[in-house]
Amino acid sequence: MTEHKYVGQRLPRYDGMQHVTGKTQFVGDMRMHGMLYVKAWRSPVASATISRIDVSQAKALPGVVAVITHEQVPNNRYGFAGDFPVLADTEIRYKGQEVAAVAAETEEIARQAVELIKVDYKERPAVLDPFEAMRPDSAKVSPTGNFVMFDGKPYRPVIRGDVEAAFAQADHIIEGYFRTAAQEHCPIETQTSVVQTDSMGRTHIHTVTQAVFFNQGTLASILKKPQSMVHMLGGIVGGGFGAKNDPHTDHICAVLSLYTNGRPVRWIWTREEEFVASTQRGATHMFFKDAVTNDGHIIGRQVRSVRDGGAYVLTNDYVAAKHAFAVSGPYNIPNIRTHAYAVLTNRRPTSSMRGFGIYQASIGHELQIEHIAKQLGMDSWRIRFLNAVHDGDLSATQAVLKNCGLIESLQQTAERAGVKLDDEFLQLSSKAVREA
Amino acid sequence: MDYPIKFTLNSAEVEVEAPATINLLRLLRDYLDVTGPKFGCEQGNCGACTVHIDGEAANACLVHGLTIDGREVTTVEGLGTMEAPDPLQLAFYEHYGAQCGFCTPGMLMASKALLDHNPHPTRDDVVEAIVGNVCRCTGYNKIIESVLAAADAARE
Amino acid sequence: MAKKRGVGISAVWYPTGMSGGGDPSQAIIKMQPDGSVDVLIGTVDIGQGVRTVVRQIAAEELGVPIERVSVTVVDTDSSPLDTGTFASRATHQTGNAVLQAAAEARQVLLEVGAQQLGVEPEALVLENDTVVVKDHPEQAIPIPDVASHATWAERRLIAGRGAFGWAVAKVDSETGQGEPLHTMAYGATLAEVEVDTETGEVKVLKLVSAYDCGKAINRLLVEGQIDGGAAMGLGSALMEELHPYYPSLEHHPTGFFSYMLPTAKDVPPLEAVIVEMNSDTGPYGAKGIGEMTANSQAPAIINAIHDAIGVWITDIPATSEKVLRAIEAQAGEDIQPGYVPPEPYWPHEAIAG
Repeated sequence: MTEHKYVGQRLPRYDGMQHVTGKTQFVGDMRMHGMLYVKAWRSPVASATISRIDVSQAKALPGVVAVITHEQVPNNRYGFAGDFPVLADTEIRYKGQEVAAVAAETEEIARQAVELIKVDYKERPAVLDPFEAMRPDSAKVSPTGNFVMFDGKPYRPVIRGDVEAAFAQADHIIEGYFRTAAQEHCPIETQTSVVQTDSMGRTHIHTVTQAVFFNQGTLASILKKPQSMVHMLGGIVGGGFGAKNDPHTDHICAVLSLYTNGRPVRWIWTREEEFVASTQRGATHMFFKDAVTNDGHIIGRQVRSVRDGGAYVLTNDYVAAKHAFAVSGPYNIPNIRTHAYAVLTNRRPTSSMRGFGIYQASIGHELQIEHIAKQLGMDSWRIRFLNAVHDGDLSATQAVLKNCGLIESLQQTAERAGVKLDDEFLQLSSKAVREA
Repeated sequence: MDYPIKFTLNSAEVEVEAPATINLLRLLRDYLDVTGPKFGCEQGNCGACTVHIDGEAANACLVHGLTIDGREVTTVEGLGTMEAPDPLQLAFYEHYGAQCGFCTPGMLMASKALLDHNPHPTRDDVVEAIVGNVCRCTGYNKIIESVLAAADAARE
Repeated sequence: MAKKRGVGISAVWYPTGMSGGGDPSQAIIKMQPDGSVDVLIGTVDIGQGVRTVVRQIAAEELGVPIERVSVTVVDTDSSPLDTGTFASRATHQTGNAVLQAAAEARQVLLEVGAQQLGVEPEALVLENDTVVVKDHPEQAIPIPDVASHATWAERRLIAGRGAFGWAVAKVDSETGQGEPLHTMAYGATLAEVEVDTETGEVKVLKLVSAYDCGKAINRLLVEGQIDGGAAMGLGSALMEELHPYYPSLEHHPTGFFSYMLPTAKDVPPLEAVIVEMNSDTGPYGAKGIGEMTANSQAPAIINAIHDAIGVWITDIPATSEKVLRAIEAQAGEDIQPGYVPPEPYWPHEAIAG
C-alpha cells in the first residue's frame, strides 16, 4: 500500500481556522450598501383556487420598494417537469406556498407589507393520503393527474427474472409493510440569498445552493436571460443535506431584484419557514413480498413502493427511480419485480434529503431481512452473509457489480462489536466471484 | 423610537441606538456588524447565537437588547483571532469540531463558558454544557473531543 | 417498569454520483509564477470538506507543499461547471476532474523542467517541491524556479483541465435494465438499545459501524461523515417526523421545540471502522460516503427494538408513543401502532389486468 504525503492522511479543514474564529463569511453575514429585506405572503391553506391578488396597499406602505406576484415573473414555471410556479398564480397546492413577495427598507416594514396583501382564494379539500390520490376517482392535485410519470408510465418498474416462478418455488413467502416519515434536514443555516441586478441587467446571486450551475440554468430560464447574465457566487454553506439543491430564495429574490432599481435584496428564511415551506424528505410506503428457501436464500423479491411526493413533480421522478434501482438491497436476488410510484399530494413538494430514496429503501430491505430471519428461526447475520453481493453478481438492473464490500463491512462491524461470527462467514470475501 | 445602549463588547466600550423591541442577536449582527453569533432559529432552541453576558453563556436571541446596557458581552470574535487563537479554538481546528462552521461560534461560547467554570470537565459535563447547541453536521462526537482536548492541553 | 435491551443490525449500500448519470464535474488547475497552485472547482463545500479533499489531491499530484495550494469558492463567471454537491459525488466526480487537471498541469511542469535539466520529461519525478531526475537525484530544480522560468522565459502556462462524469445511462423503460447506479459503497451498523416499557422511550446505548468508502482520501473527514450520519440516522429512527398525524397536516412542527432532533445527549459512543474496498473508478480508489452514513442507523435501531421487546415498529420514527402503542397492541389491546394504509389501487396491476 503506497503511503502518500497528503492523500489518506488526517488533515484539518482548509478553512478550519476561519470557522473557529468566526471569520467564515456565510451569505447571511454579508451586508451590502442599500440592501433591502424580503418577506413573502404564504398560503395558510393546503389547496385552493386563487381569484384575486391585491398588492396595492402593500406597495403604498412607506419603505416598500417592490412587490411582486406571478405577473412580474418573466417565466413563472420551472423544474424538470416544468410544472413548478415561482409564485402561485391560479391555485394554491400546498400550505406555505408563496403567492407574493416584498422588498422593503427593513424587515419589519416588509413584514407589515405582507400583512397588507390581500389574496382572494377559495379553499378546496386537500388530497393528503397518497393512496387516496392513486385512486382513479381521486381529486386531482395536478390537471394531468396525481402520478409522476416515467416514460409515459405512472411507475418506475425494475424487472429481472421471473418473480412468480420464484414464489411458486419458495419454501416461505414473507411479506412486510413499512412506512418512513417525511423529515426535515434542519441545516443550522436557513435558506438565504443576497441578490442584486446591476445596470447592465446582470443578476448577481450570493447563494447557499448546493447546485450552483444547476440553479444558474434554472434562474436563467426563470428570468428569460442568457446564462451569462446570471452570475452566481457560492461559498461556504451552513449545512445542506439536500435542503439546498432546489431553489428556495434565489429565484424569488432574483425576480424582485429586477424591480429594486439596482438595490440588493436579502432574504433569510425564519426557522418556521424552513419547517413549513422548504423541501423535505418524502414519506414512503413500501410493500415487500419475498420468496425464501428453507436455507435462507432470497430467491425472489417483489417491492411496491409509494412516495408521497407533495404538490409538484420537482425531483420526485429522480428519487423514485433511484429508489427503484436499489430497493432490493445489496443482495444477490435473481428474480425481482419492483414498481415504484411517486404520487402528488397537497403538501410541500418533496425532494432531496440525505439518502435520496435509498434511505427509505434501506429501512425496507433491512427490516424485511429480520422478518425473514424470525420466520425461518435463523440468525440474521447468516441471512445477510448468504445473500450478500459478490463481485461479478448482477444488480437488479442487471449491471455487473464490481468492488463490492458488503461482506467486509459486516465482518468488520461484527469484529468491532465483539460478535463472534461463524468461520464460514469470516472466510467469505466480496472478491470471490460466484461460480456460474 | 430608538434608545441608547452602552455596554462592553469584546473588551471594548460600544454605544448604539436601537428600538426597544430589538434582541441582542439582532443588535450585534445588524447594528454592530458582529456576525459571529448566528441566526439559527431565533426561538431560543438551537444555541447558534450563544454569547457570554457577564461571563455566563446565553442565547442572544432571547435577551432583550436594552437590558444589555452596562454589561459585558463576549462573542466568538472576542475569544481569539487567527493570529492569537484561544486554545479551545485550536482544539476545534485540530480535532475537526467544525464542519460547515455555522453552529461553531455558539458551540465555542458554550464550551468556553464550561471551561471557565470547570477547567477539568468529564465527558458528561461537556455534553451537559452543549446540550442546548444543535449541530447537524458533526454528530457532536468531535466537538466533545475538541473540548476535552482543550481541557487536557490547559492542564499541561 | 422494565428496561429491556436489544441488539439489531443493518446492511446498506449506496451509489456514487447521480442515478442515471449525466452529472459532469469540471476542474481547472493553474500554477502561479512562484509555484503556488490555484484549483478552480465548480462545487461548493457544505461542510463535508470537498475543498480540503481536492487540495490534497492537487498537492499530491503536483508534488507541492499543500500550504501553497488554494481552492476557490464557486463563481459562475470563473469556475468551471460542476453539477453540484449532492448524491455523494464530490470526492469522486470533482476529485477525478481535479486528478485529470493535475495530470495535464504536471505534464507542462515536467516539460519545462525537462528543458531546464536537459533530459526527457519521462526521466523526471515531482517530489518535495522539486523536479528531480529519477536516476540522478542530484539533478533537481525547485518547482517555484521551474514555474518562474516557464512564465517569464518560456512564456508557457502551467495549467490543466479536467472533466469527469458518468455518461447518461440507457435504462430500459420496462425492465430498468442498464447501469444507472455506479461505484456502490457498502456499510453495516450494529445498534444496541434500551427500551423503557413503561414510557416507550428508546435509548441508543451503542452504535458500531463499518463503512466501505473505498480509499479514504482524508480519514478525518470520513470520520466526520460517519459521526454526523450516526446522529442524523438516530434522529430519523426515533424522533424526526413532520406529520405526527400522518397523512394529516395537523401539528406540523414549526421549530426545534416541536421537531425533535438529536442533541449531544442523544448520541451514544460511536465505534466505526473505515473499510477500504477500493473502486476502479474513483480518485485513488475512493467511493462516495456522505449519504450512506445516515442510512444504516434507523433499520439497525428498529431491529434492536424488536430484539428488545418483540414488537415490530414498521411506521418510522419509533417515537415513545408508537412504541407504547405497539406494546399495548401486542398485549391484545385494540390499538393501532401507527399509520395503516388503505387497500392500495395499483395502476400497474390495473393496466396489466
